[in-house]
Amino acid sequence: MSGTYLGMPAFPKAAREAVHDQTLRGNLRHATRTIRDKRARAVAELEDWPALRAAGRAVKDRTLRHLDRYLVQLEEAVTAAGGIVHWAADADEANRIVTHLVKATGESEVVKVKSMATQEIGLNEALEAEGIRAYETDLAELIVQLGEDRPSHILVPAIHRNRGEIRDIFARTMGEWGRPAPDGLTDSPAELAEAARLHLREKFLRAKVGISGANFMVAETGTLVVVESEGNGRMCLTLPETLISVVGIEKVVPTWQDLEVFLQLLPRSSTAERMNPYTSTWTGTTDGDGPQTFHLVLLDNGRTDTLADEVGRQALRCIRCSACLNVCPVYERAGGHAYGSVYPGPIGAILSPQLRGTQTEIDASLPYASSLCGACYEVCPVAIDIPEVLVHLRERVVEGGEVTRRGVRVTLKPAKGHAAERAAMRAARWTLDHPGALRAGQRLAARTRRVHPQRLPGPGRAWSDTRALPEVPEESFRHWWQRTRGGAR
Amino acid sequence: MRVALFVTCVNDTLYPRTGRAVVSLLERLGVEVAFPQAQSCCGQPHFNTGYRHETEPLVRRFDAAFREYEYVVTPSGSCAAMVRDNYPRIGAKAAAEGRGRALAEAAARSVPKTYELTEFLVDVLGVTDVGAYFPHTVTYHPTCHGLRVLGLRDRPRRLLEHVKGLELRELPGAEECCGFGGTFAVKNAAVSAAMGADKAGHIEGTGAEAVCTVDNSCLMHIGGTLARRGSGIRPVHLAEILAATEEEPYA
Repeated sequence: MSGTYLGMPAFPKAAREAVHDQTLRGNLRHATRTIRDKRARAVAELEDWPALRAAGRAVKDRTLRHLDRYLVQLEEAVTAAGGIVHWAADADEANRIVTHLVKATGESEVVKVKSMATQEIGLNEALEAEGIRAYETDLAELIVQLGEDRPSHILVPAIHRNRGEIRDIFARTMGEWGRPAPDGLTDSPAELAEAARLHLREKFLRAKVGISGANFMVAETGTLVVVESEGNGRMCLTLPETLISVVGIEKVVPTWQDLEVFLQLLPRSSTAERMNPYTSTWTGTTDGDGPQTFHLVLLDNGRTDTLADEVGRQALRCIRCSACLNVCPVYERAGGHAYGSVYPGPIGAILSPQLRGTQTEIDASLPYASSLCGACYEVCPVAIDIPEVLVHLRERVVEGGEVTRRGVRVTLKPAKGHAAERAAMRAARWTLDHPGALRAGQRLAARTRRVHPQRLPGPGRAWSDTRALPEVPEESFRHWWQRTRGGAR
Repeated sequence: MRVALFVTCVNDTLYPRTGRAVVSLLERLGVEVAFPQAQSCCGQPHFNTGYRHETEPLVRRFDAAFREYEYVVTPSGSCAAMVRDNYPRIGAKAAAEGRGRALAEAAARSVPKTYELTEFLVDVLGVTDVGAYFPHTVTYHPTCHGLRVLGLRDRPRRLLEHVKGLELRELPGAEECCGFGGTFAVKNAAVSAAMGADKAGHIEGTGAEAVCTVDNSCLMHIGGTLARRGSGIRPVHLAEILAATEEEPYA
């Protein structure tokens, strides 16, 4: 049904292909730059943005430090309000719980609110394997699902598509899923939106089960919160008889007062709106109004292990706004698919290798998918120092070290394929730590400068294919200093 | 005022002109400059590639080389950022690993005295007009670590604006990374080259004769890209512009 991330090549290989896809480059350049500029304007409107950002960071840090307490408080509040809480240690357990709950209703189809957590665990595929069809109702997720594609952006999963491509996908596939696209559909945004509206409306009215995630969960009242722009989420949250929400455990905030901070930070950072058009909140069940059965599946799936890492844990502050994707020069050129995860871009590069580990080729390559320019950190509304975590994870890849896996401290070996690099780094460090050797090396380079090649062979081609090599000077600085200043320091 | 030049390994080996320019500029401003021979590399290539433990001897070396000086001035935004931002982290991690406080103390000594050149000129010496002469059109690319880690803000610009004969051309998308990123340039060569090509295109669009930065490592990538494209635009480190005068023009 939808594409898979299994067996993804390492980031550099996938990115190299994306860089040469001119349509993709054009789509991404246009979309990311538009959102980037709008976000900057929306944020500049608030004089107290730095204070708001600091508050967001502080609230998240405090909550994560006492996560055990707030989660239990949340469970009690949700239960008291008529909801049923389930705990899932990993993706498989979460999928089993949800599949079982849907089957218990006797239904074979569900409507879905846009949700990163359910994408993360591959819920749609798990449901399909059990004969249950999941309909994505977020416009962009719908485009991805109909196109048998993978999301490439957290907020705008179909950002890699332009409207011509979307028209073709609608015209070709809507009929297989339900109401076909109108004849003569053009690529005008209004017509495309109307086609999606008509197609989705019959799903909303028919569905007995809705599945969602949540942007926030308020511990003090057991309230879940979904913020969105389309209103399709609200349809799924209110019309079905049964609602199942799958939410990462890091989404809890202690109080409504804490929530206030994020309801200001999130819309401006993500869609550059002062306030998002739809904010849905629900607390358990209410007689005669909305779903009469509510299940909350609290998902760990690597989060507790991530929380155990002093540097890496800041990634759990993330509120999935996508500002870091939109500002990232690497994301803009490589596209979201190259990150091999539902979490692309800078945040994905620090989240995926923590949630999934660094064992696979793609996950070990993600910490290197950055020039460390720091633009992501600058825009992050909860001040996640993404470059710091990237470098921290690079160390985990090449040096190994202690990590927590499923609650147990284990010692990782350095990843394979870095032996030559490690030897070179060691040799370079030795030379740099022995100025005599450094001086000798500089002198040798200067003496042979006439015969230096213009282009390097082998791995050096990665530099010299597109960049001229610097010319080695006749004498190094330290030789010049010694020659002109003698032994003077 | 005991001022030492930390020339950096890249400038020492490949761009000695930049080091010589810093010496001549500072001496012109009445600063006595020392060059401790024990210095080598800040360790940034190792640290940023993940080899923290290989970085540690270089942190100790930096501290020992510059221990007796009040100020360490370096013509590199990213090397200054390495010392100021990452040395404390390296020290803290070593302490957390039960290996004592020595590295943390070395970091604590190094951080407050390390200045990127434009910071030293503007903040310590209090000058923005250094009496330079550079009769060319120039565009300025603010390199990422200077811009975002050190927060250099308009210091380089203010210095450039006071250079006699210099015409500053605005660089579109100036604050976007050039794509160098140290080992990123070879580990993710395709993306790095694509970023470099876009940066080069913007630079060419300004019609300037020279592009200037406070980092020769970024300039090596930008200049190398420009040269491969057959562009005649010259990469020049800011220090070399500031060192040039009517009596001793840039050659």
